[in-house]
Amino acid sequence: MINTFVGNLGHFMTILAFVSALVTAYAYFQYFRANEIEKASWRRFSRISFYVHAVSTVMIAASLFEIIYNHRYEYFYAYSHSSKALPVHYMISSFWEGQEGAFILWAFWNVVLGVVLINTNKFWEGPVMIVFALVQAFLVSMILGVVIGDLKIGSSPFILLRDATQAPIFELNPNFVPEDGTGLNPLLQNIWMVIHPPTLFLGYASTLVPFAFLMGGLVMKRYSEWIRPALPWAIFSAMILGMGIIMGAYWAYVTLNFGGYWNWDPVENAVYVPWLILVASIHTMITFKKSNTALKTSIVLVILSFILVLYATFLVRSGVLGDASVHSFTDLGLSGQLLIYMLFFLGIAIFLAVRAWKHIPTSEKEASVYSREFWIFLGAVTLGLMSFQVILPTSIPAWNALVESFGGISNMAPPADQIEFYTKFQLWFAVTIALLTAVGQFFWWQKMDKKALKEALVTPYVISVLFSAAVIVLAKVYDWKYMIIVLAGMFTIVANSVILFRILKKSTFKLAGGSLAHIGLGMILIGIMFSSGYSDVISINMSGLTYSNSWEDEMNKEHVLLWINKPTQMKDYTVIYRGRQKKVVGVPEYVPAKFLESTGNVNEAIAVADFKDYFKKGDKVNLVLEENDYFKIDYYQNEALKFSLAPMSQFNESMGGLISSPDSKIYLNRDLYTYVAAMNDYADPDWKEDEIYEVSPGQQFHIADFVTYFDGVEVMKEIEGYTLQEGDVAVKAKVRVLDYDVEKLLEPTFIIRNNQIGKLPVIDTELGLRISLENIIPEKNQFVFKVNQYQKDYVVMKAIVKPYINVLWIGTIIMLIGFTVAIFRRFDEFAKMRDKGLE
Amino acid sequence: MKKGHIIGLGIIAIAIVIIMTSIGDASSYESFSTAWEMKQDGDDKAIHVVGQLKKDGSGQVTGLEIGEDKTSFTFMLVDNEGTEQKVYYNEPVPADFQRSEQVVVIGSYREKEIFVADKILMKCPSKYQETDVQAAGM
Repeated sequence: MINTFVGNLGHFMTILAFVSALVTAYAYFQYFRANEIEKASWRRFSRISFYVHAVSTVMIAASLFEIIYNHRYEYFYAYSHSSKALPVHYMISSFWEGQEGAFILWAFWNVVLGVVLINTNKFWEGPVMIVFALVQAFLVSMILGVVIGDLKIGSSPFILLRDATQAPIFELNPNFVPEDGTGLNPLLQNIWMVIHPPTLFLGYASTLVPFAFLMGGLVMKRYSEWIRPALPWAIFSAMILGMGIIMGAYWAYVTLNFGGYWNWDPVENAVYVPWLILVASIHTMITFKKSNTALKTSIVLVILSFILVLYATFLVRSGVLGDASVHSFTDLGLSGQLLIYMLFFLGIAIFLAVRAWKHIPTSEKEASVYSREFWIFLGAVTLGLMSFQVILPTSIPAWNALVESFGGISNMAPPADQIEFYTKFQLWFAVTIALLTAVGQFFWWQKMDKKALKEALVTPYVISVLFSAAVIVLAKVYDWKYMIIVLAGMFTIVANSVILFRILKKSTFKLAGGSLAHIGLGMILIGIMFSSGYSDVISINMSGLTYSNSWEDEMNKEHVLLWINKPTQMKDYTVIYRGRQKKVVGVPEYVPAKFLESTGNVNEAIAVADFKDYFKKGDKVNLVLEENDYFKIDYYQNEALKFSLAPMSQFNESMGGLISSPDSKIYLNRDLYTYVAAMNDYADPDWKEDEIYEVSPGQQFHIADFVTYFDGVEVMKEIEGYTLQEGDVAVKAKVRVLDYDVEKLLEPTFIIRNNQIGKLPVIDTELGLRISLENIIPEKNQFVFKVNQYQKDYVVMKAIVKPYINVLWIGTIIMLIGFTVAIFRRFDEFAKMRDKGLE
Repeated sequence: MKKGHIIGLGIIAIAIVIIMTSIGDASSYESFSTAWEMKQDGDDKAIHVVGQLKKDGSGQVTGLEIGEDKTSFTFMLVDNEGTEQKVYYNEPVPADFQRSEQVVVIGSYREKEIFVADKILMKCPSKYQETDVQAAGM
């Protein structure tokens, strides 16, 4: 039965949210212009209007989640993004897998932020909320789903499947509801994908706050006062956005198999750039608060960070990236709308800024080299150049599209080796930033001249050189570029630690945000250098095969083929692939797949043998996502089993693909990262021709490479799944097949009933064998076996050692703590001024 | 000269370097014939070629040859001008390769017979475009 109510409710709420956003903008505009007498009533009306908008936005989200949660597959969104087998936390991921859900999430965060702002601000409410309401109107319009003539405004998540597709089934039965959805992309079935998008979108949403304060400041001619309320939000935004980026990187590291955490993919670049600009703007805003300089720079940077978030959204979601990105976002036809959204705010911001430009106070005097402003400014410039270097090539597809829309031809493509291309610049920029933070921090906390600077810097410099030398020698860093990185990173860490201790000794922890964040930066730099620069592929093909083409031998083979049970040497390790495993509900370890047989129901299997104390033969067990296979890879050193890894692959038919995720052995000082790049497909084996063996009990023979023993036969009293009748004779042969250190007992059965012969062959998918007992020749005491071979089970695997990757993760955590400390400090400052009634 | 000017000039200089290298290192979209011309001119730069996989009636990719140790393979790609070219890729066959239709290969010619891809991007028919709702669920 088709439930149209929820969809209609959702759609109605979307329209209500859109209209109320416009009404709110208008009402706040009136409030802003109104005289003292009318102000109160306009404010009450504006707030009610915004709360209506807030409630309707929440209701949009609730309606969509209801559709997913209750498996309403009559809706296109639920059908194409979820399925019945999904646990609840992955239903949450389904919610924002589609772009419509992502826009709802974004709008939701804006509403939350709006409510917080209304309740924490007195003075700024009017102009700030006008900007908020306008942004909300644009965002909600993305999911409006209104078609006027040829003009399509937004793409609604509440359309029914029958309206979204032209499937013939709906002509026969318009009320057809599919049994199940097509499921969530397996890559997104990861706990990090449940929390990464909301974090990232909160980061996106919060860049609006400083922008809104700035717009308010420009309109009200309070060209500098906007900084105080905007600053804690800018830091908040940088913190959350940074956290979102790191979560995304970590998700890529644990789920995707490109072998790292950062790939310089356009989608990654598109969030990295606004973040850099945001960080630059925080620094110039802080400088302004201290010394009334860099106001114009701050204004430009705040505008830029907000616009770049919109530009990132445009790049990623308009389909303009096309072939350039591995991430495939489908074009919902929103590119025009996204472009208008971006240009609208860009236009307003430029107009207001230009109009105010000559009234904005600047300091005439040139900043001295021994002033903190000078160093901070250099830092901001470096961050700006860093962003420019990334956004320029990332925009190549947009440039092509622009040229083509004017009828030209542009065949520019992004750099072929993105990692090498971006690294050669970003590396040196990052070193510069690290050095600037170290020096800059000393200027920050005390007045400096040439002599004082020397004195302040000598000790940290000597200490960091000593530490760096130790690191370089102990960790064998022999590349000069990497030595410089170690030195720069160490200098930042040491110099900022010195400052940190001074601050803690003299005053409170509240002021420690900056030095903590910079210590984190130094660690991140060193962590990246080690984990990427010294990342070592250990799965070099050592099979000694020579190839048909001579040039092919020059190619680095970075994968190894592992046949099941066959030990393969890989640098310091001997690895053995031991077969597929499954995750079973209530069993803390992986269960070999051969113990289980699917019942045909979703995520359900029957045990074909006892498994430890967890289940008995014949028990029904529940699987955790049955499509997931975990390949058991044993790592040996000196003949002793050190550990096992279980890289995962998922075959998802409706998603039409195989997806594999790595597994890592995590040491304190390195990760050993392993993933499976290709595997055997034994679902529909292509059996080779029959081989016939005539053997006597006790005889040893060979099947393919396997040493095989025929131990004899056993007369059966009963056979599973088969009712024996009076006079039937059933015989089970015991065939032992040896494969390296594994011994397998295969027992084909032979039944005689009324001179008819029945044969029950045995198939072993791991060995790729099918054996049946074909005949018995009593006079010769020989048994005839028919054997068909397919191929042994195998995986093609890649293994990479990533040294000191934990330094990177710890560095990011320290940096985020630093941001958090700074947020509290700056909000405190704002709240004190507000409560004095000054703002 | 004032410090501000020096910094300004420095910024402009770095920005110019960035722009020049972005243009210089940018790859380009080519067809197999223009890519071969580049190779003959001694230009070994990696370029992008967009093409279609050859498939038989049942939708199987034809001309796929997997290396003996399964860590590399070759396949036939037809570019937008209709030129057919054997492409070598030094990685195991990606899982969704069979399914993809449009493929972008990034690499260069080794010799006339073989184009070596350093990277391939696959565009799979998006599930959004699936118009045949499976009636199997009935």
